[in-house]
Amino acid sequence: MNQSRSRSRTAELVEASLKRRYAKESRFRMMGLGAIGLGLLFVLILFVSIISNGYGAFVQTHIRMAVTFDSAILDPQGTGDPEVLKQADYRQLVRQPLREMFPDVKSRRDKRKLYQFISGGAERELRDMVLADPSIIGTTKELWLMADDDVDMVVKGHIAREDVIANGGEKLIQWLERFEAEDRVERQFNTTFFTSGDSREPEQSGIGGAVAGSFFTLIVTLLLAFPIGVAAAVYLEEFAPRNRFTDLIEVNINNLAAVPSIVFGLLGLAMFINLFGLPRSAPLVGGLVLTLMTLPTVIIAARAALKSVPPSIREAALGVGASKMQTIAHHVLPLAMPGMLTGAIIGMAQALGETAPLLMIGMVAFIVDVPGGPLDPSTVLPVQIYLWADSPERAFVERTSAAIMVLLAFLISMNALAVILRRKFERRW
Amino acid sequence: MSSIETGVVEDAAVAAQSMPAGKHKVQEDLGDGFETVGNVRVNDPTMSTSDVQVFYGDKHAIKNVSLDIAQNQVIAMIGPSGCGKSTYLRCLNRMNDTIDGCRVEGSIQLEGQDIYDKKLDVVPLRARVGMVFQKPNPFPKSIYDNIAYGPSIHGLAGNRAELDEIVEKSLQRAGLWEEVKDRLDAPGTGLSGGQQQRLCIARTIAVEPEVILMDEPCSALDPIATAKVEELIDELRENYTIAIVTHSMQQAARVSQRTAYFHLGYLVEVGETTQVFTNPTHKLTEDYITGRFG
Repeated sequence: MNQSRSRSRTAELVEASLKRRYAKESRFRMMGLGAIGLGLLFVLILFVSIISNGYGAFVQTHIRMAVTFDSAILDPQGTGDPEVLKQADYRQLVRQPLREMFPDVKSRRDKRKLYQFISGGAERELRDMVLADPSIIGTTKELWLMADDDVDMVVKGHIAREDVIANGGEKLIQWLERFEAEDRVERQFNTTFFTSGDSREPEQSGIGGAVAGSFFTLIVTLLLAFPIGVAAAVYLEEFAPRNRFTDLIEVNINNLAAVPSIVFGLLGLAMFINLFGLPRSAPLVGGLVLTLMTLPTVIIAARAALKSVPPSIREAALGVGASKMQTIAHHVLPLAMPGMLTGAIIGMAQALGETAPLLMIGMVAFIVDVPGGPLDPSTVLPVQIYLWADSPERAFVERTSAAIMVLLAFLISMNALAVILRRKFERRW
Repeated sequence: MSSIETGVVEDAAVAAQSMPAGKHKVQEDLGDGFETVGNVRVNDPTMSTSDVQVFYGDKHAIKNVSLDIAQNQVIAMIGPSGCGKSTYLRCLNRMNDTIDGCRVEGSIQLEGQDIYDKKLDVVPLRARVGMVFQKPNPFPKSIYDNIAYGPSIHGLAGNRAELDEIVEKSLQRAGLWEEVKDRLDAPGTGLSGGQQQRLCIARTIAVEPEVILMDEPCSALDPIATAKVEELIDELRENYTIAIVTHSMQQAARVSQRTAYFHLGYLVEVGETTQVFTNPTHKLTEDYITGRFG
């Protein structure tokens, strides 16, 4: 009797507290959801702002012109010598049709403005055409020539036409409207953006050089950081005795992971450039510096992967008489490999996005050429973004965002690769 | 499980007498002069151990154990948890080497050769003294590769055909051939628990060891799988010397010819299995076998 009453009292108390407990639980859940929602919102804002700013850079305004490859301008003596053709005044080829289209433009100032309609890069394009096929000399061709970045901005609407008129560019707009009326203006896919290096002229600048620089830098980093990191992890995890010395190494590795990256840049400057005399601005040095920076990440990830291999597998291998090296090479490493690869790829992604240490070793230089190897001076994607973000031209704003999009695409695909590799090689035991 | 009373009792005999008949009170130490009851030596042993001491750091895990392991016999090692029977077993193929801070003293001989000799290579030793573990631990590879791994690292097969033969023979001896012959390429981890354990036994005998150590091989298996493994152990006795650690006294009684009872690091009693189970000499053995503690 007594017992049953006390039991029902317990039930009552439990019941009374239930409501409070559930309220607490749902509050906790709401907080978690809120945090995730906020995070997603920020990511969304970031993406929307970058994409809306940057997508325009993937197209470039071109203007159709009837270009006459006049032999009187290009090769007055008729030698056909490539050296002569290289030195010829291609600017005249671009200016001639403009003069013909607008014969009423007389003053020098107006003429100069008119000539600025077409990008300086068009001259180079024409020269390359002639050098590739000298037989076109003497013919007239309708060609799409790259417009200047200011024209490009007006066409894309980033600079309002009223503002241009208010700033004394009335004629510019008139000419542009004439071109548009004659169907001579078109936005075409911007291959220059992907193939060329940096330039002072936004319409001629591209991320080709920076992507190649990043590629060589990452190759150097991967080739050094992965083998060294895995070897260090295998030694520390499998062979090293537990003593003060190895404890010290372990603490140091963990601390190195937290060292500000610019410090590695300084180290690289002092060691690789000053002491070893390696070239400045080279992806080789960049790769070495980033190797130092990513090594702790790779080692820590590789050690975690080795630790996660169950001891029963090691015992099984040792039990049939495998040596320690065979146990590690045949059983432990294959099982730890997905974890190691994931760590390495995440380290690489970290290295790809790194700017600060590379500023110290001169990879921030203005480099127009696309590097052909790890010893050529070059820059990398994040540094290119940093450089463009500093430039005053409106067209560079667009290109900065576009370069960020390309960088993000690389980062996302690298992380996706890490996930795919992990899924693919993951084995159950 | 009984609670353990701390405090050192000098004399084992006094300790045994002073122990109440209840299901608790097991004294800590049997004393330095303790001697194993029963006949630890046999004629022509495969393995012979004398005064084995094992330390884990400061912990004295095995105290003065002398024991012979007879040829083509199954010896069962029983005792309560933490009594050192697994530790002792792992000394026999130097598996304890992998544990940090583990130190082994005394002499352990395999056919007259000291296995803790500094000059002795542990790799051939483990090929001669194979081991089957508590939890089935096949490699995450195919059934074929699981068996073929040992023979191929030791170079036991000259070519693929010989290797195939070894794999088939080992699986047949382990009684697994009929069940897996059509799916040798399937992963070993996909088998049932009992099959996995027999696969592990097949993997061990593929190397043709002289001694097989089994550390509670059936503790993760259901009764039917256990019965199959026990049957297998009985058959393997013809060709191999087997030492098995088990928690199940019924199992010890079923598969073994000799039984060794361990207690808190001491080897308390050794004898013919029938004698140990029907007529134990030492009080502790009797208490354990009759279920007073353990």
